[in-house]
Amino acid sequence: MALKIVKGSIDRMFDKNLQDLVRGIRNHKEDEAKYISTCIDEIKQELKQDNIAVKANAVCKLTYLQMLGYDVSWAAFNIVEVMSSSKFTYKRIGYLAASQCFHESTDVIMLTTNQIRKDLSSPNQYDTGVALTGLSCFVTPDLARDLANDIMTLMSHTKPYIRKKAVLIMYKVFLKYPESLRPAFPRLKEKLEDPDPGVQSAAVNVICELARRNPKNYLSLAPLFFKLMTSSTNNWVLIKIIKLFGALTPLEPRLVYSCVHVVKYLGLLAMSKILKTHPKSVQSHKDLILQCLDDKDESIRLRALDLLYGMVSKKNLMEIVKKLMLHVDKAEGTTYRDELLTKIIDICSQSNYQYITNFEWYISILVELTRLEGTRHGHLIASQMLDVAIRVKAIRAFAVAQMATLLDNAHLLTGNMQRNGICEVLYAAAWICGEFSEHLENPMQTLEAMLRPKVATLPGHIQAVYVQNAAKLFATVLKSQEGNTDSTAAQETSQLMIDRLPLFVQSANLEVQERASCILQLVKYIQKLQQKDVEIAEEVNALFAGELNPVAPKAQKKVPVPEGLDLDAWINEPPSESESEDEQPKAIFAKEEPKHSRPRHTEVDEKELARRREARKQEQANNPFYIKASPSSQKAVYYKSHKHKIFPPCVLSFFTGLPMSDQYVKLEEERRQKERAEKKKKEKKKRKEKRSGRGKKHDSGPESEEDITPAHQVDIVTEEMPEVNSLDILYFKKSSKHKKKKQKKEKEEKEKKKKKKHHHHHHHSDGGGEESVQNGTVEEEEPLPVSVYQSSARHSVYDIQGNLQDGSQVVVSVIFENKGDSFLKSMEFNVLDSLNSKLQRPDGSGPHDGLTVPFQLPPGVSNEARFVFTVQSIIMPQKLKGTLTFIVKDSSTHEKLDFKLHFTCTSYLITTPCYSDAFAKLLESGDLKGSSVRLEGVNMPFHHLLARICFHHHFSVVERIDSCASMYSRSIQGHHVCLLVKTSGQTVSIDAKCDEPTLLGNVLDEIKQTFSQC
Amino acid sequence: MMRFLLLFSRQGKLRLQKWFTPMSEREKKKIIRDMTTMVLSRQPRSCNFLHWKDLKIIYKRYASLYFCLAIENQENELLALEVIHRYVELLDKYFGNVCELDIIFNFEKAYFILDEFLMGGEIQETSKQIVNRCIESSDMLQETMEEYMSKPAF
Repeated sequence: MALKIVKGSIDRMFDKNLQDLVRGIRNHKEDEAKYISTCIDEIKQELKQDNIAVKANAVCKLTYLQMLGYDVSWAAFNIVEVMSSSKFTYKRIGYLAASQCFHESTDVIMLTTNQIRKDLSSPNQYDTGVALTGLSCFVTPDLARDLANDIMTLMSHTKPYIRKKAVLIMYKVFLKYPESLRPAFPRLKEKLEDPDPGVQSAAVNVICELARRNPKNYLSLAPLFFKLMTSSTNNWVLIKIIKLFGALTPLEPRLVYSCVHVVKYLGLLAMSKILKTHPKSVQSHKDLILQCLDDKDESIRLRALDLLYGMVSKKNLMEIVKKLMLHVDKAEGTTYRDELLTKIIDICSQSNYQYITNFEWYISILVELTRLEGTRHGHLIASQMLDVAIRVKAIRAFAVAQMATLLDNAHLLTGNMQRNGICEVLYAAAWICGEFSEHLENPMQTLEAMLRPKVATLPGHIQAVYVQNAAKLFATVLKSQEGNTDSTAAQETSQLMIDRLPLFVQSANLEVQERASCILQLVKYIQKLQQKDVEIAEEVNALFAGELNPVAPKAQKKVPVPEGLDLDAWINEPPSESESEDEQPKAIFAKEEPKHSRPRHTEVDEKELARRREARKQEQANNPFYIKASPSSQKAVYYKSHKHKIFPPCVLSFFTGLPMSDQYVKLEEERRQKERAEKKKKEKKKRKEKRSGRGKKHDSGPESEEDITPAHQVDIVTEEMPEVNSLDILYFKKSSKHKKKKQKKEKEEKEKKKKKKHHHHHHHSDGGGEESVQNGTVEEEEPLPVSVYQSSARHSVYDIQGNLQDGSQVVVSVIFENKGDSFLKSMEFNVLDSLNSKLQRPDGSGPHDGLTVPFQLPPGVSNEARFVFTVQSIIMPQKLKGTLTFIVKDSSTHEKLDFKLHFTCTSYLITTPCYSDAFAKLLESGDLKGSSVRLEGVNMPFHHLLARICFHHHFSVVERIDSCASMYSRSIQGHHVCLLVKTSGQTVSIDAKCDEPTLLGNVLDEIKQTFSQC
Repeated sequence: MMRFLLLFSRQGKLRLQKWFTPMSEREKKKIIRDMTTMVLSRQPRSCNFLHWKDLKIIYKRYASLYFCLAIENQENELLALEVIHRYVELLDKYFGNVCELDIIFNFEKAYFILDEFLMGGEIQETSKQIVNRCIESSDMLQETMEEYMSKPAF
């Protein structure tokens, strides 16, 4: 007997364990079946032994073989043996094997009932755990019936580990033995409110499954689930509950509202993510999102607002803002109302007012916003008013009229000094009325409004503006009155000034005082002259002559530093540190803070100074407002105090002279309709002109974004200003389409060229007719013989522009100008296609047919036509030959003009801004291939050089440090082009990287060419 | 509920199978064959969801291993995808940077982890910490085969 045991233990040393088996199988790839059959034989031997450990090892190996597809059902009894081991190690393996191998027709399962029951009541929770896990896989109706009670007891076990397993397995039991459901259900329901989240989610899962099978029995649980849904933070559970509601809603529609809440929030969140990549698809749900603004839940409303910001377009801006305005009126609580206000302004002003087509509308929106009670964003509205009035010239007359009404009604805004947040608007109103006073209909009335005694109650910085602009108005009034024969009117005006100004001279505010006394003296002097009948208006007006122009924030950088000026040198010796620290940056609209004049001790020793400095630094570090532009400690107090006040809901429509912004929505709609109609008319005409069978597929469906032409345009001061030598600022008209760069080649008629300059900004020094080939030039191969029809000499300018939406489309805009004095008609534009580039022709026309230019040209007229080309590969530049045929009306002769279109690689690049971190990441990615080029003898300042690359080659500057700059651009097919430009002396080196080396090479060549011509 | 979870290699070798409803060997074999051929024939950049009979098959590839989970029609696909990912995270946590070989050689451990995470075709525990804690304490109870080998049998 002893010998047998010893032998057994020695044998075991040579037993294969699972790892050996796996390794063996992997080593016998060729004769796997044979190897496994020997293994199975071994396993059979092992199973015959008494030692439970050996058996467990064998069963473990069998489980593996079962997975490989071998039949192990013969070992079912051995598996039960291992399951019944008292040791967890073996029990675990036994149950695993059972769960993998047993199914309902396995007969030994019947033998396990008692064993499982024993394990379920084991004091060791893990014994119970494995039993439950195993059971979940092979539970039969018999087992379910016999064990239902035991499992039900386990649902109230002290250990959550057991409880959750018991709850889950209950579902299986219900399926196999439905009678158990009724007694177990109350307990299951109880588990929904179990303190342990695991048990809770298990109960949710089970009930969800049950409800799906028979929803109407579970309706009563809806309130409980709703509570769970609002309180649970577990997303897994939330999804399940939403699914459950999905099953219940057909029976109880009211439920939709409750779960809609959570889903809505999630949906809005998801939409805002989608919006970044697919704006179009989100825009179609605009109405839905607008509805969310009505939601009771503030977090949903704020989310919806965020979304709206991203989805406005020219088409829907007015509508969206109109809805928002309604909400502003309805909104309760100043915080949300302020949030709405800032959002409206953000939405309208984003990307340089890109989406505003009618600025009259915008001004009236701003004016309507001033009626808001207790907002603290008065300064925001004010700065918008100023910005728009200054930059949109066409709007000034309207803006001034509105502002004058505002000034007239100023008492309504400032009636309650507590809500003086809004009176900041008066700052803008006063300035606009003063600066653009020539547009005022009744300047005298406005002047009186500005000199009312009530003004003295306004904050100091606003009073100062009032005083200064009253003077400007005074000048305007004088001018109009002096023209009259009656000189008393002018004198009365001066008297008014002299009467009212002393009020401001007494002001506690230094700025107001100074300006007022200055102007008072001036007016007194004027009055003296008036009494001597001297015409003075001209001179007074000269005081305020000249227009203030906006300057781009970075324009200063473009101004070259004059020679001999060292900007870093001190003009005066630097003041001591302690003094400079006192000065804080002040924003325009900063609240006035009473300046306590600090008594200065002149004789303080060094130590004392250092100590104080330390103390001050400490104080500043603790003051959260210190670095802010507006020192707002005072503000904070003020807002607190005004929160306690209860204001009546918005006072509406007390201004009489102001148009409602709504009417613009209507007007705009009409305007667009008219435009559309006109366009259709034109199209119809075009179609008539075309020969039959050439019907163009202009879709007259919904207007696209590009179709909407703005009623007003903003002057935009761009940062990329090519070749600005002094402070001259160039304005680019930003059209609704892409920014267009026109460049032309002149071959004839120099005087006419000058005329054109007004229309197209021409950035070349075009001395001597040297033309450059950056974007593309028309090369007329044979200039028309002068003798024959010089009258029909024509002139074209063209611009090649990639289409961002479609990586293979390029739009060529050609400007035809008739420089002769004959009428030109029936123009046909034709290009000889190459393999790579093809002119897009309407369906049904042959590959060599020309395209009819959709207009005729009377003498001296120019017009633009656009042609679309499809381009396969954009990595090589290309020249296409083409001809233009036309009929000269007077002589009815056919004329022909040859030209060449030069598709440079640069014309496939699109100026794309890039942030420096994204740029760095791009370079790090290692996908880009490098190349470099050196330019010798470039004699121009570095910023000119950069501007030139930006302008001609569609790059944008990412970062510039001294004489080194990184630049970025993207091709229409998404190639990244990165440049590193360095200059030293007259040598410029450009290191470039791009994912397409050929494209890069060509772009660099073109850059080189640009600079070789200068 | 979930019906089954299969793990197989790119060559179609089964690495783990879990059936949440009892099924005969023949059915299992047929399903495994269908799944491997269906999933392996998918193009690399196609979506992770398939319809198969009345079930939805959600699969995801991690390195050389395909995780393939069958759910009932009314279940949420994304949740299933998340279940797969959570299981991978659990394996990763347990084995420390899990690879296919870990699962081959310790296939019973992979099952034990799965049994703590899912049960009866439902999610049992969503907390990674709790699952890990349970596995650790069960492992403490289980003496390793090596320990057993070096212990005298009497």
